[in-house]
Amino acid sequence: MIESHLPALLVVVPLLAAVFTALIRQGLASYLVAFIACWSLPVMSIALLGQELNQGTISYALGDWAPPIGIEYRIDSVNAPFLVLVSFMAALVATYARSSVTSEIESSRQGWFYTVYLLCVGGLLGVLITGDAFNAFVFLEISSLATYVLIALGKDRRALLAAYQYLILGTIGATLYVVGVGLIFAMTGSLNMVDINAHLAGIETLRPVLAALAFITVGISLKLALFPLHVWLPNAYAFAPSVATAFLASTATKVAVYLLLRYFFTVFGADLVFEQQPITPILLVFSVAAMFIASIVAVFQADIKRMLAYSSVAQIGYITLGIAIATQTGLAGALVHLLNHALIKGTLFLAVGCIVLQTGAFKVKNLAGIGRTMPLTMAAFVVAGLGLIGVPGTVGFVSKWFLITAALEQGWWWLALMIVTSSLIAVVYVGRIVEIAWFREPSKEVSAGGRLPIEMLGVTWVMAAATIYFGLDAEFTAGLASRAAETLLAGIK
Amino acid sequence: MTQEQLVTLAVVLPALATVPISLAGRWPNLREAISLTTAVVTAMVVLSLVPDVLAGARPQTATISIFVDLKLGFAIEPLGMLFACVASILWIVNTIYSIGYMRGNNEPRQTSFYVCFAVAVSSAIGIAFSANLLTLFLFYEILTLSTYPLVTHKGDDAAKSGGRVYLLLLLGTSMVLLLPAIIATLVLAGTLDFTPGGILAGTASGLTLALLFGAYMFGIGKAALMPLHFWLPAAMIAPTPVSALLHAVAVVKAGVFTVVKVVVYIFGIDFLAQSGAADWLLYAAGFTVLVASLVALRQDNLKRRLAYSTVSQLSYVILATAILTPISIVGAVLHIAAHAVSKITLFFAAGSIYTATHLTEVSQLRGIGRRMPWTMTAFAIGALSMIGIPPTAGFLGKWFMLTGAMDSANWIALGVIVISTLLNAAYFLPIVFNAFFLSPDKNNPGDHHHGEAPWPIVLALTATAIGTFAMFFFPEIPMELAKGVISSEGVD
Repeated sequence: MIESHLPALLVVVPLLAAVFTALIRQGLASYLVAFIACWSLPVMSIALLGQELNQGTISYALGDWAPPIGIEYRIDSVNAPFLVLVSFMAALVATYARSSVTSEIESSRQGWFYTVYLLCVGGLLGVLITGDAFNAFVFLEISSLATYVLIALGKDRRALLAAYQYLILGTIGATLYVVGVGLIFAMTGSLNMVDINAHLAGIETLRPVLAALAFITVGISLKLALFPLHVWLPNAYAFAPSVATAFLASTATKVAVYLLLRYFFTVFGADLVFEQQPITPILLVFSVAAMFIASIVAVFQADIKRMLAYSSVAQIGYITLGIAIATQTGLAGALVHLLNHALIKGTLFLAVGCIVLQTGAFKVKNLAGIGRTMPLTMAAFVVAGLGLIGVPGTVGFVSKWFLITAALEQGWWWLALMIVTSSLIAVVYVGRIVEIAWFREPSKEVSAGGRLPIEMLGVTWVMAAATIYFGLDAEFTAGLASRAAETLLAGIK
Repeated sequence: MTQEQLVTLAVVLPALATVPISLAGRWPNLREAISLTTAVVTAMVVLSLVPDVLAGARPQTATISIFVDLKLGFAIEPLGMLFACVASILWIVNTIYSIGYMRGNNEPRQTSFYVCFAVAVSSAIGIAFSANLLTLFLFYEILTLSTYPLVTHKGDDAAKSGGRVYLLLLLGTSMVLLLPAIIATLVLAGTLDFTPGGILAGTASGLTLALLFGAYMFGIGKAALMPLHFWLPAAMIAPTPVSALLHAVAVVKAGVFTVVKVVVYIFGIDFLAQSGAADWLLYAAGFTVLVASLVALRQDNLKRRLAYSTVSQLSYVILATAILTPISIVGAVLHIAAHAVSKITLFFAAGSIYTATHLTEVSQLRGIGRRMPWTMTAFAIGALSMIGIPPTAGFLGKWFMLTGAMDSANWIALGVIVISTLLNAAYFLPIVFNAFFLSPDKNNPGDHHHGEAPWPIVLALTATAIGTFAMFFFPEIPMELAKGVISSEGVD
């Protein structure tokens, strides 16, 4: 009985838990509610993935209103892995959160942190699971509003400005998206993604449809921080509380990428987007620009969180690059890098969270000698850094292998060369941290500090271990990515 | 134990030893005992595989699959067997030497030194036993990363900038050129397995083939083909046992080993000879041999002179490979082993001089042979072997290279080898002559009141000097293995 309602529960549990924590408003009790709620999510999402693997696409009619009139929750091979990713990240970060939140957020606001965190998780899961274009907008806004608050909870006063900046740009993105959905609704009379696709047959060359494609593409591109629409991201990541940054960096932009894939392949169809419209060259240009420019900017950051944020912008470039190639290998590369980068960036930001808790340092120059005083944390950082570079034996290598293969299969050897050259810049910015952390004498801030809470180090290392494990055995991650790519390319049959 | 387990053990054992080594950090004697024991056991495991390989067996392990075409696995053929023997035997000697050197110079962070060293040796053996290009690439990168902390061991600014050049050049070449070349190989040939006779025959031609071959040759930055050689002199900042590791045990040897392996088992020498895609390599290698020798001639710093000598000697191997005849491949393979044992002797001697006297420049070494007879005798033997004078190991490889060049009437290769032999003599023999036959410089402050270096150092360099002779007088095993490389080529 309960299995059949898992799609709804996956969204309802975090949202209800958010209401509970809002009523409790007390640090420890809120934390426990969030912890329990978040750990129920991976259980449910794994069960859903299992169902999907066994029985194929799951369609769930919300409130028993049959689609396309009612809202359909639809789990197929594309979003099932994303649900697993986001729910696991939510659970791991919730486990890690307690000590970090206690030290970074003043006590009267700690309860609220868990409320908005749960709202954000619920919103992201909702975007992933829904098969309804407008419902996706609603969830996107739930997660975005929660994100603005999460960022504003940062200790530094500039967090308010960062949150405001993201609020403006995020709202513009959401507005563009909803305009696009409106145009589609006007043309097709439907909001169900699969149904829209059926209605678009024959009218896909009409101007309003193309305008809708343009609005939605740009709107979501803002959300996923496609270069040069990324300006909100570095400040947001730098000033948000460490826990929030770790969660957002590994999930929020990924969910936006998912939504883009849904529109390109499920709603509009690959034929319209990639054959008739010049999306491939447009995306390629912005992706390559992101890979190089954002990586180079990362090298010169004085703040380690900002450095990692720019690195994220660059890594999103690799993901959109795979989407632009739009072949089986290219899409699989984009999807597998999406999972892999979530692991890598999650580890890096969690390690930074440990450093901030222990030393209060987030300026790169204050990290002198930290490799000697916090060897385990920095070892995890280096492992994930190697993943960022794409060293074999880490997940980054698997991603890179797929993307280079995809480029070479098309005969685009120049693109392959750009992928490998830009990944070298990661050597520079990761190497810079390594040099400072090990080759300088420990500074005052760094040698101070007591014991690191075991759960923080534990979660960081679970993630770091995963970046190695899935680098050596990618059957699970790359397998899921390949299946999803197949589904996307097949379109709706 | 089955052969399969032995193969895996040889790779895993040094890596596993890092755990007890780091735990024993507070008790130096225990720590060094673990290092040395592991080195001896690893060498025994490797050597126990030799008889079977000589008898024609090709032990291999099951492959583990990362994803569909991406497989990791080990398979031994004669070339890899020889490289693994060289690396594991020299690891023993190098460990003995390191004990003397690291303690004699009061080096800091010795535990992390031994840990990184063990990882480096593990990855060198992993490279040697790789069944396919992907496995080789994995260990190739681990070798780079594990030697980076060794190169930067001193931790000062010079070490840091040397380390930067080292890391960026080796990671850079391997990622920008070697990795795409490997992926292109998989796209073209559908496999990455090392196969006698090669896997690329008939899949590519013309410009594609030439570009692919070029990407391999320059992508294997560890082979130090000019102009991508300067990481090696930059890495001279490292402590001497690390230089020995770079120049003899693992790093550069992994480079030229990979070159030979790719030429023989991926392209296939017949296919390359027909296609003409490798013709340019002869000139590039010949150029490197001569120019590096000329540069070596001008270096006053002893370790830098040795470093440029290595650049030149590595290109001997590449040159011999580029001749693309079976007999010259034998020469290339033998030279890998011969250069290893001779160059490690030279570096040991340089480090011995530094430990005893803190002298680093060639011009300061007048008359030092009287105070350090063991060290300088070993140095002389190593130098003779570098020049290729019998009865030393260096003669063997050069003999086969020359034979190969003459058989194929390759006058360029012949000329390069002859001229560079003269250059080798010109930059090594004066050091030996000055050390023994000139009287010490009275004004040289560091030159008084010293004798030989600590005994582990002397023991190690004597052992490798004897090894240099031994390889000349008892060349059967390396010779058989070298011949095994070409007999498996083209047979299947």
